[in-house]
Amino acid sequence: MTPAMSNRPIIELHDIRREFIVGEEVVKALRGVSFTIGEGEFVTIMGTSGSGKSTLLNILGCLDTPTSGEFLLDGTPVRTMSKNQRAVLRNRKIGFVFQNYNLLAKTTAVENVELPLMYNPAVGATERRNRAVTALRRVGLGNRLSHKSNQMSGGQMQRVAIARALVNDPAVILADEATGNLDTRTSFEILVLFQELHREGRTIIFVTHNPEIAQYSSRTITLRDGKIRDDVSNNNILDAAEKLAQLPINDDD
Amino acid sequence: MNFTNLFKIAIKAINNNKMRSFLTMLGIIIGVASVITMLAIGQGSKQSIKQNIAEMGSNMIMINPGADRGPGGARMSADEMQTLTLTDYETIRDQAKYLTAVSPSVSSGGQLIYGNNNYQSSVSGVSEGYLTIRQLKVESGEMFSEADIKASAKVCVIGKTIVDNLFPGGVDPIGQVIRFNKMPVRVVGVLKSKGYNSMGMDQDDIVLMPYTTVMKRILAQTHLQGIYASAITEEMTPVAIDDVTQILRANHKLRNGEEDDFSIRSQEEISSMMTSTMSMLTLLLACVAGISLVVGGIGIMNIMYVSVTERTREIGLRMSVGARGIDILSQFLIEAIMISVTGGLIGVFLGVGLSMAVKVLAQWPIAIEAWTVLLAFVVCTITGVFFGWYPARKAANLDPIEAIRYE
Ligand SMILES: Nc1ncnc2c1ncn2[C@@H]1O[C@H](COP(=O)(O)OP(=O)(O)O)[C@@H](O)[C@H]1O
Ligand SMILES: [Mg+2]
Repeated sequence: MTPAMSNRPIIELHDIRREFIVGEEVVKALRGVSFTIGEGEFVTIMGTSGSGKSTLLNILGCLDTPTSGEFLLDGTPVRTMSKNQRAVLRNRKIGFVFQNYNLLAKTTAVENVELPLMYNPAVGATERRNRAVTALRRVGLGNRLSHKSNQMSGGQMQRVAIARALVNDPAVILADEATGNLDTRTSFEILVLFQELHREGRTIIFVTHNPEIAQYSSRTITLRDGKIRDDVSNNNILDAAEKLAQLPINDDD
Repeated sequence: MNFTNLFKIAIKAINNNKMRSFLTMLGIIIGVASVITMLAIGQGSKQSIKQNIAEMGSNMIMINPGADRGPGGARMSADEMQTLTLTDYETIRDQAKYLTAVSPSVSSGGQLIYGNNNYQSSVSGVSEGYLTIRQLKVESGEMFSEADIKASAKVCVIGKTIVDNLFPGGVDPIGQVIRFNKMPVRVVGVLKSKGYNSMGMDQDDIVLMPYTTVMKRILAQTHLQGIYASAITEEMTPVAIDDVTQILRANHKLRNGEEDDFSIRSQEEISSMMTSTMSMLTLLLACVAGISLVVGGIGIMNIMYVSVTERTREIGLRMSVGARGIDILSQFLIEAIMISVTGGLIGVFLGVGLSMAVKVLAQWPIAIEAWTVLLAFVVCTITGVFFGWYPARKAANLDPIEAIRYE
């Protein structure tokens, strides 16, 4: 079932389990998940509500540690790392895109995108700004650099969030329902952007409960009750740009 | 995250909530301003008292009859009050080594009359040395002479208040004969005005006569009410006191172990006594003002807690993009410190302004010392750190997963 891997592994999971203790009860959110994701893959993670998608993504994003099992991110074992070590790892290797954008209020697009680099002492102010501007240009917001978050549409805000996830040149981009708050057309615009990033060689993990989106990724992992039910590669990746062209134009942006 | 960035974030956070930040600062502003004003008033009064005591005389030593019972001691009997004699004065004058001037002191109250004007006052019987000791200067006319003392002459030197009351018409008092309790006395000199001292005493309400005149013609007594002297320097005061003590003990034939039947006080003693009382008062005032600073600090803590809760999502986001606990802690701590220090700065200006206003409007002596400003500032920073610490730690300890989903 597991697709053949030719590329360097970015994510390696071995029998990952995550249990939550709620009062007397033990909730088993993940019950032995193993897979490997190679560089340049665009993976959608699907599953019904409560199947463990968010728990898995938190572990992949080094926000949470598994109860047992081994997790290697870009070759580095994460499970035994301290909180601070994981923070630094997130800063250098992970780009997050959230459903609700999570931009800083009353803050310009550039400053929002600069944020991860603020926590990287190796990057000076000039380089930080240049990289933020480059990332914003990459997502098509070169003309919105100084716009504040409250002066932008949902699609634009999500583009800023994607630029923020790109700015530290991460090993993997993790998106949790990144199109969940957007209308169909805007969702496809964002999907086009993700596909472009995929073509550029970025590794992307996209959590969604929308099965349509899976058609545009290179591989789909389906969870059920904290276990992998399906793990299939997609040999017929649809082009989101084509689909977008067919959609009626709205005057949202 | 380096400090420049942390400062930028703090400034932005404060700017995003201008009104609230200002209201939070207000507690600190009021606290600092009142501490500075209170200290300025306290220090000012202290300095003016010190100066007034200094103007009272030059390295003055006061010798009084009777044993030193200290404050609150039993009242002395009339016998004890008569232990100082003219012989004591003369021996000190002739034998004491560390004095520049000595003067006996006797005084009597009574009414001064000139023409239709009269004034209730008291006369002091002194020697010429008294001018040096009390830092008095004769403005017009002259001081009575040694010959006047020998002759118990009916002459006097008067202060400005006496002149104003007895000679309201602008008559030159020099050479005029006034009456003191019916005894005619010729005015030979007028003293330069010294004004009121800090205790509110009129230093120009003064009539000086030869001590012989007062003793023989007015009081008809042979003992002295006191002896005033001036030490050569302030540092020599204790030595001078020892010297005078030995002379008086020998004079009074006191044996070893027997208590002095006189007491000696120096101007320095009085000065330090007064200023230490004033320091206590200042400290008290500053403490009361300091309490408002603490209340201000609690205000900061309160607002920082609100701010942390409000910005839970922001904290979660920062953590997810790589902020460590220490980064979040520093961010909120610096914000708290900036609020308190900015408040402190405004408070300093306000405090200085208020002090000036008090000086100009109420005519109180004020003195702003650098250390009070520095103190207020340091206390502010400490307040910021202290009261910002708990909210900042709460922020740093948030779980990023929960924080970023916080609604
Ligand atoms: N912090 C937690 N404490 C207790 N139970 C949790 C916690 N997080 C997730 N769970 C439980 O783990 C299971 C998987 O949740 P989640 O990963 O959020 O699923 P999904 O994102 O696929 O909807 C659910 O049963 C949920 O109740
Ligand atoms: Mg979920």
